[in-house]
Amino acid sequence: MTPVNAIIAKELRSYFVSPVVYVVGAVFLLIVGLLAYLYIVFAGAQAIQLMQMQGQAAINLNDLVFRNLFSSIRFVLLIILPILTMRLFAEERKLRTFEFLMTSPIGLNEIVAGKFMSVFLVFLGLLGLTGLVPLVLSLFSDFDWYPVLTGYLGLALLGALFLSVGVFASALTENQIVAAFVSFGLLLVLWLMAGLGSLLGDTAAGQVISYLSFMEHYDHLVRGLVDTKDLVYFFSALVVMLFLTHRVVDSARWQ
Amino acid sequence: MIDVQQITKRYGQHTAIDRVTFSVAKGEVLAFLGPNGAGKTTTMRILTCFMPATEGTAKVAGFDCADQPLEVKRRIGYLPETPPVYQELTVSEYLQFVGRLRGLVGDTLTTSMAREVERLGLGPVRHRLIGNLSRGYRQRVGLAQALLHDPPVLILDEPTVGLDPKQIIEIRELIKSLAGSHSVILSTHILPEATAVCQRVVIISGGRIVAEDTPDQLSARLRHSEKVSLTLTRAPQDALARLGQILGVQHVHAGGSPGNFLLECELGRDVREDVAQVAVSNGWGLIELKSISMTLEDVFLQLTRDEDGIARGTELASEPAVTTSSDNRESPA
Repeated sequence: MTPVNAIIAKELRSYFVSPVVYVVGAVFLLIVGLLAYLYIVFAGAQAIQLMQMQGQAAINLNDLVFRNLFSSIRFVLLIILPILTMRLFAEERKLRTFEFLMTSPIGLNEIVAGKFMSVFLVFLGLLGLTGLVPLVLSLFSDFDWYPVLTGYLGLALLGALFLSVGVFASALTENQIVAAFVSFGLLLVLWLMAGLGSLLGDTAAGQVISYLSFMEHYDHLVRGLVDTKDLVYFFSALVVMLFLTHRVVDSARWQ
Repeated sequence: MIDVQQITKRYGQHTAIDRVTFSVAKGEVLAFLGPNGAGKTTTMRILTCFMPATEGTAKVAGFDCADQPLEVKRRIGYLPETPPVYQELTVSEYLQFVGRLRGLVGDTLTTSMAREVERLGLGPVRHRLIGNLSRGYRQRVGLAQALLHDPPVLILDEPTVGLDPKQIIEIRELIKSLAGSHSVILSTHILPEATAVCQRVVIISGGRIVAEDTPDQLSARLRHSEKVSLTLTRAPQDALARLGQILGVQHVHAGGSPGNFLLECELGRDVREDVAQVAVSNGWGLIELKSISMTLEDVFLQLTRDEDGIARGTELASEPAVTTSSDNRESPA
């Protein structure tokens, strides 16, 4: 077992012995389930209306359920993912195990990568469980799987970005609450940059700011458009955040 | 094994350690003695590559801490002030994690874990969560962690804090048994610990090394007067003056309890026979008479209360006039 795997295994173990993952997971799945239920009921109501007016019902589940669901999950992730990441470095510093980790014969890259991977795996697990919604729905109805799958790809990339921001915030402080709040704040700023960008319109600044926000990149994937530009955005944002985490953790040794 | 040359660490304006130089040979146990905040932990953190020194070089097993930190880290077992344990893991899960971080796999890992569990008496708790263990057990888990990969160099920051007396003796025996095969640096502010386990003592105060020697020689170097304790049951009113008249006695102080006196005498002169003679012939009821040698504790207090302790100590030793220890306590640190 390599040191990175050792860190991943240890972090996963730490996640699953604490109640945090179970509570966060339960809340996440409950909300996703509720949202899915509401959108499906709305879609059903619309279908009945259409039937009465036109005598036929051709409702598009992709538009009425999945697109709505995917854009709502963004909010849920924004709130729950900082709770998962807040402990990663803050707790090490609080409990004085940080010094132990930093004097172990492994590189800082491996520590940051291991911690990120562990929380990403937890997140993928939760995301996988939401797969029940399309699976169950596919038993009763027809819809196009392709945008659903790209939507899931979008969620995975968006989650990775949110988690990397959370890991970075966790490295900044030894207080977990502060870490969670800093990542909420950073993510909201990233979110609102989309609004600011559209306000500035088609100017150079407007385009740059819109590009920096995750909104349009995520929307493309939810709509079923897999564009290299968007994938590059997510991967480079991830690398930048993990690099910043590396710098912050490295400088924490000097204090 | 360890070679530290002129290392200085500054935090902004504050200088935590100032041109510290020392070395530890293979198999030697060195005590780092100093009051809290003297720079012991900072020095250890530099040696373990946790933080870089502002100036100077530190080398462990020939590898420079600044240039080849991974090589240094592989050769060091480090126990920080607070045992670095994860409360949500069991003892064996924790040791397994530590071993994997250090590249131990398979049978090597299993045998190393078994060896440390045995050595530190962790058998009964190996499947319990560390969060539920007592302070003493956590400290032992911390030590097991430091020893797990059998490193040639051990750096232990106050290893016996929080242990009960029996455990302290066990840990000291353990450290003594490591001498010869391992180089050990041990920081402590408990003086008997330094005398009990170490071949050499470095006294650090205010970020500077104020003395470095064997425990015996340190106290010999600094002893500048013989002290004799005397207890009388029927001490006369003018006992202080009359004891002071005895040849060779320089100062007489009242001791802690009634009838107890502390005589300071010229170096190299044993006044006990004369004192006994005077006490007995006057019928003062002599019940105790003993010579007091300066303990390491006195040396430590003297050195760390005064920046130029060692210079002053040697100076005083050559002077006939004697400063009492209470005077030293008042001098500015």
